[in-house]
Amino acid sequence: MTDNPLLSVDGLTVAFSSPDGPPVAAVQELSFSLNAGETLCIVGESGCGKSLTALSLMRLLPRPHGMIGAGRIMLEGRDIATASEADMRMLRGRAISMIFQEPMTSLNPVLTIGSQISEMVKVHEGLDETACRQRALDMLKLVRIPEPERRMDDYPHQLSGGMRQRVMIAMALVCDPKILLADEPTTALDVTIEAQILELIQDLKQRTGTAVILITHDFGVVAEMADRVLVMYAGRQIEQGTALELFDAPTHPYTQALMAAMPRFNAEGAQTRLKEIAGIVPALHERGQGCCFAPRCEKATRHCFDSMPPLRLMAGEHSVACWHAGSPQERHP
Amino acid sequence: MLAYVIKRILSTLPVLGVVAIVVFLLLRLSPGDPAAIIAGDNASANDILQIREQLGLDRPYLEQFFGWIGQLITGDFGYSIYLKRPVLQLIGERVEPTLALSLSTMAFAIVLAVPLGVLAAWRAGTWIDQTIMAFAVMAFSVPVFLIGYGLVIQFSLTLNWLPVQGFVSIHKSVGDFIRHLVLPTMTLGLVYTALLARITRATMLEILNEDYIRTARAKGLTESRVLVLHALKNASVPIITTIGTGLALLIGGVVVTESVFAIPGIGRLTIEAVLQRDYPVIQGVILVIASVYVVVNLLIDLSYSLFDPRIRF
Ligand SMILES: Nc1ncnc2c1ncn2[C@@H]1O[C@H](COP(=O)(O)OP(=O)(O)O)[C@@H](O)[C@H]1O
Ligand SMILES: [Mg+2]
Repeated sequence: MTDNPLLSVDGLTVAFSSPDGPPVAAVQELSFSLNAGETLCIVGESGCGKSLTALSLMRLLPRPHGMIGAGRIMLEGRDIATASEADMRMLRGRAISMIFQEPMTSLNPVLTIGSQISEMVKVHEGLDETACRQRALDMLKLVRIPEPERRMDDYPHQLSGGMRQRVMIAMALVCDPKILLADEPTTALDVTIEAQILELIQDLKQRTGTAVILITHDFGVVAEMADRVLVMYAGRQIEQGTALELFDAPTHPYTQALMAAMPRFNAEGAQTRLKEIAGIVPALHERGQGCCFAPRCEKATRHCFDSMPPLRLMAGEHSVACWHAGSPQERHP
Repeated sequence: MLAYVIKRILSTLPVLGVVAIVVFLLLRLSPGDPAAIIAGDNASANDILQIREQLGLDRPYLEQFFGWIGQLITGDFGYSIYLKRPVLQLIGERVEPTLALSLSTMAFAIVLAVPLGVLAAWRAGTWIDQTIMAFAVMAFSVPVFLIGYGLVIQFSLTLNWLPVQGFVSIHKSVGDFIRHLVLPTMTLGLVYTALLARITRATMLEILNEDYIRTARAKGLTESRVLVLHALKNASVPIITTIGTGLALLIGGVVVTESVFAIPGIGRLTIEAVLQRDYPVIQGVILVIASVYVVVNLLIDLSYSLFDPRIRF
């Protein structure tokens, strides 16, 4: 691990205030770090708290009930968890950008593509109209939108989903952020478009040196993109490590199940899903004191239901939160 | 676009036709005989009969109706039974106060309601929102004439800041014109403001939950930019639609407001005509108002494409 990561998250807890009773935690005690130029994949099924994690980094949790309950999010010596709203506005889009799962609805329908991208440059860098427009146009070229000059004056509804996601990427990267947060950027797109978008992100990352946090539920995507992987289940990190470590020795039964559910191509080239994980992610109020995955786990024992397994370092950077994970390596400070 | 406009205009003709029939029948079937009113209290039955004959009121309804429609098609709205002057001329003389009052009311309402509605939606659930909505419910439920008298007592009679009633043409004195319009505008404007503020709030509430608003915030924009440029622009179609349909509310309110403030506008003309059973004037006024309503709403529909690029005709 590098001494000075670009971003380091320490003990992050996201909670929702509820009218009756104490706040309910949706993400708990999450800790990870991200080095410059690195791609971290956050993996987990729907409802595991991946989006909330990303939104906390932007400090854009659903209002008015969502909030960061505890933890620090250090970026360039500043704690995002406690930064002022004015500071956050400076960081958003400039230090840390985000693209979303829903390209169809994430662009403003009544503003042109060009104006939505150049607005970023105008707000963050204060350039004049022509310079902003030029930057937007260059960006559209970079994300390989055909006929970029013409597209500048188009509205989102005139573009396909894949094209809109390219526009989102152009917008996110136009001010050269240090971190790009991509929350399931290809989930809503079909497979061929998905591959193109991932390739584009990979390519831009190499050109610009932006670090990427890529959220996905698909280990196929992880295999393509990740330097490091964080597996989340029911709001907690349950396994973490370099991509090599995880693919080499997936340890948590949940990680193993996700990998088994990874889409593969059979002999005819058609995509098949090998194995679905039975059951669903427990809702916020159904999370007991034991391991949240226990009800769906083949290996679960009494102990799993009774107490929460801590995250333990196994080897290298590989850590796992499972009572059945074998003997952990001694932790070296 | 042109084809759409023509289609829309043609489709309003049946609407205006129905309005014409309803007005005509309503007047004929409601009690009160213009001939008797013109003839006065001491007139004999014979006098009245004579006047009826003179006015053509003794002829069958169908004949009267088609006679009237025939005139309308040539642009002739007929003569006032009472004043013996062309209806259109009477309306023309009364247009200025009514137009001034309607426009100032709309402007007042829009300037007040849109920011209030946006603010309420932005701060939904807080005391700011609750205060604004409480005001809206109140303004909506208190009758227009009560608001009018309340304002007059406060600002004219007690503080002596503004005239109690009347109207001064803008050609005579711009200052007096404005001074006479302030209280009527506020009186009529409050209801309209309440309506618009509620629609603005409801629309904005929905829009503030949209994904593109989250995107706008993720870009590091200021809240004011998010609210005005990204959210309000998307809310404009429902808001201007309400401005258009609320016109009906406004027209009803104009009649009352003109009475409270003794403004010689079309509202007053209508009331006078109704009291005198001046059929041609009533029919003419209502047809003109219906046409204005229809045309304004057509213009509003056409303006949608200015606000929302997805709408094309
Ligand atoms: N606005 C909200 N109010 C209450 N609970 C929410 C809200 N948004 C998300 N949650 C809860 O938080 C959990 C995690 O959500 P999310 O981060 O969106 O999951 P993921 O992105 O992994 O699919 C979900 O179980 C969901 O029920
Ligand atoms: Mg999500």
